[in-house]
Amino acid sequence: MLDLTFETPKPKVIAGAKHDWELVIGMEVHAQVASRSKLFSGASTKFGAEPNSNVAFVDAAMPGMLPVINEYCIEQAVRTGLGLKAAINLTSAFDRKNYFYPDLPQGYQISQLYHPLVGEGEIIVDMEPGIARLVRVERIHVEQDAGKSIHDMDPHMSFVDLNRTGVALMEIVSRPDIRGPEEAAAYIAKLRQILRYLGTCDGNMQNGSMRADVNVSICLPGAYERYQETQDFSHLGTRCEIKNMNSMRFIQAAIEVEARRQIAIVEAGGKVDQETRLYDPDKNETRSMRSKEEAHDYRYFPCPDLLPLEIEQAWVDDIKASLPELPDEKKARFVTDFGLSDYDAGVLTAEVVNADFFEKVAAGAGDGKLAANWVINELFGRLKKEDHSIEDSPVSPEQLAGIIRLIKSDAISGKIAKDLFEIVYTEGGDPEKIVEERGMKQVTDTGAIETAVDEIIAANPAQVEKAQQNPKLAGWFVGQVMKATGGKANPKAVNEIVMSKLGL
Amino acid sequence: MSELTKLKIAEARDALRKGEVTSLELTEACLTAIEGAGALNAFVHKTPEIAREQAAAADARIKSGDAPALCGIPLGIKDLFCTKGVASQAASRILEGFRPEYESTVTSQLFDAGAVMLGKLNMDEFAMGSSNETSTYGDAVNPWRRGNDDTALTPGGSSGGSASAVAADLCLGATGTDTGGSIRQPAAFTGITGIKPTYGRCSRWGIVAFASSLDQAGPMTKDVRDAAIMLQAMCGHDPKDSTSADLAVPDFEVMLTGDIRGKKIGIPKEYHMDGMPAEIDALWAEGRAMLRDAGAEIVDISLPHTKYALPAYYVIAPAEASSNLARYDGVRYGHRAKLSHGDGITEMYEKTRAEGFGEEVKRRVMVGTYVLSAGFYDAYYNRARKVRTLIKRDFENAFDAGIDAILTPATPSAAFGLGEMQDADPVKMYLNDVFTVTVNLAGLPGIAVPTGVDSQGLPLGLQLIGRPWEEGDLLNTAYALEQAAGFVSKPAKWW
Repeated sequence: MLDLTFETPKPKVIAGAKHDWELVIGMEVHAQVASRSKLFSGASTKFGAEPNSNVAFVDAAMPGMLPVINEYCIEQAVRTGLGLKAAINLTSAFDRKNYFYPDLPQGYQISQLYHPLVGEGEIIVDMEPGIARLVRVERIHVEQDAGKSIHDMDPHMSFVDLNRTGVALMEIVSRPDIRGPEEAAAYIAKLRQILRYLGTCDGNMQNGSMRADVNVSICLPGAYERYQETQDFSHLGTRCEIKNMNSMRFIQAAIEVEARRQIAIVEAGGKVDQETRLYDPDKNETRSMRSKEEAHDYRYFPCPDLLPLEIEQAWVDDIKASLPELPDEKKARFVTDFGLSDYDAGVLTAEVVNADFFEKVAAGAGDGKLAANWVINELFGRLKKEDHSIEDSPVSPEQLAGIIRLIKSDAISGKIAKDLFEIVYTEGGDPEKIVEERGMKQVTDTGAIETAVDEIIAANPAQVEKAQQNPKLAGWFVGQVMKATGGKANPKAVNEIVMSKLGL
Repeated sequence: MSELTKLKIAEARDALRKGEVTSLELTEACLTAIEGAGALNAFVHKTPEIAREQAAAADARIKSGDAPALCGIPLGIKDLFCTKGVASQAASRILEGFRPEYESTVTSQLFDAGAVMLGKLNMDEFAMGSSNETSTYGDAVNPWRRGNDDTALTPGGSSGGSASAVAADLCLGATGTDTGGSIRQPAAFTGITGIKPTYGRCSRWGIVAFASSLDQAGPMTKDVRDAAIMLQAMCGHDPKDSTSADLAVPDFEVMLTGDIRGKKIGIPKEYHMDGMPAEIDALWAEGRAMLRDAGAEIVDISLPHTKYALPAYYVIAPAEASSNLARYDGVRYGHRAKLSHGDGITEMYEKTRAEGFGEEVKRRVMVGTYVLSAGFYDAYYNRARKVRTLIKRDFENAFDAGIDAILTPATPSAAFGLGEMQDADPVKMYLNDVFTVTVNLAGLPGIAVPTGVDSQGLPLGLQLIGRPWEEGDLLNTAYALEQAAGFVSKPAKWW
């Protein structure tokens, strides 16, 4: 059994003028489904295309056009649900959410209010080694994305780009189980990691593939525990929803500043209004998005163009059987199987491509710990320096494993290994051959080392005397021998011989 | 020439196959008839070039021996159908200038079968109306007149132009759509046959949506056989419409034997409405007698939730319409209001929709918005859905008890005068649908067959309601009724 036990972190506390306050946070993450075509049309989902080039008739809401569900998008959402250990609803249904906006051609978004595809799941949000927050996922529903309104291209006109219109989104709704800004950012990071492992969302926040609406409220210490016991929201403060956040840094800042705003209101005897707010990173403040008079009534009702979505348990089981190993399991396995530290295992499993690379190196080298050191310290460091990703690493797992095998067999020293790594990185080639051809092999022949030591002792009588009085200076001889042998001598052997020749 | 337009589809088909007539001749005859029928205002966009081209192609096909039933048959197409490159504006100003770049599935299938399009037919705006008086093109006029005066009468609605054109022999058949009776009521008002198939039989793809869970296309023809032939070509599974049924379509025409011996025909007592004209009651009684004489068993049945159907319909249909019509916002196609300096997006929406939609459409959009809004949803929309389920169950119970078809009047009256209902409560107009909406709510097939004339010489029709997916059986019962009624009257030409 893999060890997935952890302790719960303390909630973030903000000191107000009168009281200490705790934060209660829930998130609605919109994750764009990784699929080639849109949720209800065959139009491409490719990012960055010419405006209005990826638009089918139904996306532009031409009269008489009808949506047809893209089965692959549903499969991806089911896969996501299974990855979050969630219940899959074999019957779900689509509803229309009605509102007017130019980038919403139909005048409604097809979503799933009443019967979502995915029910309750959970995400373990790691905070520190052994400490994590279990965040419950309430539901995941599938819906259409809207297009993009462009207001800054012309002084008098606004433009609309419908390329994104109708792209499939998963709205992943958490329970209010997140207790601080750092946890919120970690939640997003963990969710993103899982989605990328599953291949159901590319997690690209900059391009808007993942966006979050963050619900923030404050409460006095002890109130949250009463909510947990009863699931009664009245123990919690009034929440405000900060819309459309696509940066982890801004999410943290926005939560902090919004919590402080609410604390100031409540401590001054006021009441927090439940409303939707926007975060302004320039001013580091949140502000109300719309007034009450403009409050939307979305008039949800079942979409009559689509029959209820019925899926089969066998299909779900097939998807489940094809799920990859997920980050928590992989990390725990790395700790157990390779004896890695929690930290190293976390670094290596952050992205599945890294983890895969590492596993190949570890297998080839026959040493997980050494492999981890080399991947994290040498390879990642070198790749980062040149802004390479692991996918285009010039050093293959086999090559790196070859280098490590040479170290392990004492064929080369750690220092030579670094030189060798640099050669392989820049020039390529089989490490073993390089060592052979360039004479980089470590000298373990004690006779040769003894000769070198004897020569240096003979040439430096003064140093010998000093070293015999202060054994710490013996290191100087070791250095000289290494230099004389071009670094190829086995340092351990050199050390032993120097010590014995000096009589230490 | 004008005699040619009087042909029925089956007759024309046979004549075409025998080489007695060409599609071009038929088509020219229809085009001439249409030119002479401006007073009926049935055709609102004429497509003579397309018609001649299709007719020539059809003639070539017939010559080569590859001639499906509809090959070379000139038809009219309701303006609700999107036809590629041809004005398709649902009789609304808001779709002014709209020419779709796609062809609806139903019209594609008709054209693939060789049918010829003469043009687009008048209708109530977005199919919302029972008299064709809400059209942006003006009223379509019924070719029938009362025996003693020349008051212009409604052809019914919403498929008023289709009904008028078929009844006046401007075309051999026409497409209609039926959301609450829009095929069957105008068919009854003009002495023709109209069938609304089971919901899901005809693809809705490319038909401008009114109320998606109720809308169905169907043929409007001169008799039952023609309805069978034309429906055959219109229906079938379409993967582009998720509500379209993946079921095989039988050969409807072959099923027209006229033999209904042993069939059980239900007579629902709830369709006896207070204040119903005696003539309608009498017609219904005659219909029962005719079917009994043809060997069917007449059974009194109860459909207890019938009285809730009309209110439920007038909640559900507007609710869906309010959402379906949200796309007409002036942003991408159709009418856009001229804006004043400083107007923003809200003003654009408001002005565009205020100018583009007529009164009835606005009324229904507002009713629909209201019944879906927070605080009213359960009281109206959800309750109406529950009523719908009960109405559906009423029919299921009747069919489970062995009833094969249900006979009812098609309309509560004969055609009324255009403008007559103008100052009336809109609900009075909605009462036209009292016998037909139940069928849409239950998703069943229903057919209107002309069976008699009233004291003023106006046609009256009866409705037969069938089991789901059994249009063939329903058409056969209708065929038996048609044979027995022997309705052959035609409107006297005055236009």
